[in-house]
Amino acid sequence: MINVTICGESKQIKENTAISELLIQENVDMPQYVSVSVNDEFVGRDNYTQHRLNDGDTVEFLYFMGGGR
Amino acid sequence: MASDLPKVIIPREEYDKMLFHAVSEKPAEACGLLGGYAENDGQIIISKVYLLDNDDKSAEHFTIVPEQHLAAVKDMRSLGLSPVGNWHSHPNTPSRPSDEDIRLAYDKNAVYMILSLAETEPVLNAFRIANKNAVKLTLIITED
Repeated sequence: MINVTICGESKQIKENTAISELLIQENVDMPQYVSVSVNDEFVGRDNYTQHRLNDGDTVEFLYFMGGGR
Repeated sequence: MASDLPKVIIPREEYDKMLFHAVSEKPAEACGLLGGYAENDGQIIISKVYLLDNDDKSAEHFTIVPEQHLAAVKDMRSLGLSPVGNWHSHPNTPSRPSDEDIRLAYDKNAVYMILSLAETEPVLNAFRIANKNAVKLTLIITED
């Protein structure tokens, strides 16, 4: 297990967890509209399955925010 | 049920920051984020209003710049706050979610504030938007 901070909360997750797996584990609604940052850097959506989390990483899920009129 | 909906509390000072920014950005829509926390009774306290750039630079649309979004969330974490929602202005239309606001509201737990500048007096309302349905929340502007 590794220790990571997800949206401000300390959690333990399995080693080599990919971002795509984390989105499922954290029950993130409509993940297609969520940007993910790891250690203050956005991760490209195409890399969600390859990007594996490391011990001490800080992850944020950021919903697209927009609208109009 | 309406009774399950949280009240939202925002200090006058933070509301004034939002209003000033919205007026200064007019005729474009202004936007930003809301940092705060939830009380044990579910009441949501807005502690800090973030004034961010509208990536669309439009009078009819807004998009929060992702890099500014991330920087604001990082600031919230450093202050012990959480991202509780966003706000934007309607320079020429009422303080209610438009069809586009509802369509693009993906976070069912967020508070969506809309500040209308359409009339002489500004109007601020707060909403929850889930399953393409907007529900108005009780909003209290405190003086201290």
